[in-house]
Amino acid sequence: MCGIIGVIDKTRETMDGSAIREALAIMDERGNGEGAGYAAYGVYPDYADLYAIHVFYDNIVEPKEKVEELLETWGMVEHDEEIPTHETGRIKKVHIPWRYFFRPNRKLMPQSDTPEDDIVTQLVMHVNTKIPGALVFSSGKNIGVFKASGWPEEVADFYRVEDYEGYLWIAHNRYPTNTAGWWGGAHPFNLLNWSVVHNGEITSYGTNRRYIESFGYICRMYTDTEVVAYLMDLLARKHRLSPEHAVRALAPPFWEEIERMEPSEQELNTAIRLTYGQAMMNGPFAIAVASHDSLVGFSDRIKLRPLVIGEHDQRLYVSSEEAAIRTMDPDVKKISMPRAGQPIVGRVVA
Amino acid sequence: MSVVEIDAKGMHYTPLNKLIRQAVADGVDEIVLKNVMGQRFIGDGLTGNVKITVEGVPGGDLGMFMKGPTVIVKGNADHAPGNTMDEGLIVIHGSSGDATAHSMRGGRVYVRDDIGYRGGIHMKQYMEKRPVLVIGGNARAFLGEFMAGGLIVLLRLGEKEPKPFAEMSLASGIHGGAIYIRGPVEKWTLGIGASAREATTEDLSVIEPFVKEFSEHFGYNPADILSSSFTRIAPVSARPFASKYIWE
Repeated sequence: MCGIIGVIDKTRETMDGSAIREALAIMDERGNGEGAGYAAYGVYPDYADLYAIHVFYDNIVEPKEKVEELLETWGMVEHDEEIPTHETGRIKKVHIPWRYFFRPNRKLMPQSDTPEDDIVTQLVMHVNTKIPGALVFSSGKNIGVFKASGWPEEVADFYRVEDYEGYLWIAHNRYPTNTAGWWGGAHPFNLLNWSVVHNGEITSYGTNRRYIESFGYICRMYTDTEVVAYLMDLLARKHRLSPEHAVRALAPPFWEEIERMEPSEQELNTAIRLTYGQAMMNGPFAIAVASHDSLVGFSDRIKLRPLVIGEHDQRLYVSSEEAAIRTMDPDVKKISMPRAGQPIVGRVVA
Repeated sequence: MSVVEIDAKGMHYTPLNKLIRQAVADGVDEIVLKNVMGQRFIGDGLTGNVKITVEGVPGGDLGMFMKGPTVIVKGNADHAPGNTMDEGLIVIHGSSGDATAHSMRGGRVYVRDDIGYRGGIHMKQYMEKRPVLVIGGNARAFLGEFMAGGLIVLLRLGEKEPKPFAEMSLASGIHGGAIYIRGPVEKWTLGIGASAREATTEDLSVIEPFVKEFSEHFGYNPADILSSSFTRIAPVSARPFASKYIWE
């Protein structure tokens, strides 16, 4: 189960979180009240060029000191504060969400051509594996993930998502199946630019995890979706694949389908399959991936999970259900269902 | 004729379905559901001859286990409308999602536009119970997968002269029933245990009454549709996997 929804405004016109809250709540049946979350792009315009590091703390003494020491070692925190929360519903604050606006010191990683991103990536991995009681769950520039254990509307009210303005939102309603419901296991999963929501089960998780960990990423959230965020970071940021080609690597066509393609397409798809064989994901899934300039939706190769696309002028919606899109935008112009494995990409134009 | 109108705006499916059941128990002939938005399980397990009009977008499993009623949807349906339906009629003035008419055992489902993947998966038949699914637009892969009975008619009316049907695993594992597709079918689409040949005039008489009923609902001329050539997909054998699991 699980319900997903995402929207991108290609002209970067912002929307507050109230509409996506309603849309996600209409899919309550797809969750069980143990996890929901929202990622919004463009929410920190005052700190747009700083990394917004969101951390869950079990307490604000030892783990917080350690994280702050690490951040000060690798750069400078220009501002930090507790993320405002409101205990109105059933959600108890079992973790304390904190945010830092962080400027990495690029001189400290001279061997990299993307030193800032690499510093933040290794900070995230370090905190999440070596500092008990601290978990970084959001680390991009001008973006924020807001998630917890609870129903979609409870999590939205807990963080008051209606107070945030973003041009791109993705949201998720969780029905945990293979691992427990906990704050860190709620979606979206994020690393730097990339946020991922996922409905389904990645049965190739073992292979994908071994593959991604060989590049220095470390999976710590006890759930398969985490690996998708890291794979997108590797393929799209480090290897500079377009979103379309990255999706081809994750959900490639069958060899029989490749055989029926035009020669140039055949060559491309063969190359991607051979290069990224271990990034290929099996099992049922429908996924939405957000980055600063795009929203990508795709499903597994034999379409074992639902995915609906809505279009309305400069806005593109992806969701598990048409009703969720219509709840967000009653006047949506076009509704369609993409093919299995077909990447649907909405890009910003401004 | 007694008609009841129910405004479903903001209502969860449980109270909505309770209101529907109460109306049927009160003996109404027709129920009009206004502002439906994603409510699942509408009309599930309902018996009798009531007519339900759904205005909006119903949620999944519309008319599941339904025995008798008519459901008219003025919009698209989500996943699995007609799931294990027993008797009655579902008419969708739009498209529907994956697994449309899955495991259906009786009655008719008419979809004006497209359906998703795995339409008619596990459809079955027994004695006089013969389910029918007619699709006006197109269907995706795994159409009629593991089909054990019943009838699927795929009209592909969006194309005047349909290009060969090109979705994989068509009728994979079929061991009963038949699928009729307007126009030709790519050979590679056929799944395990499925065979294809051009439909004969005699074959077309099987689908004629359902094409007529479909046309009445959606304003087509059945003669135009029936004058096309059709491909008939049927099982090679009643036990396509016999040699896989037993030795005899």
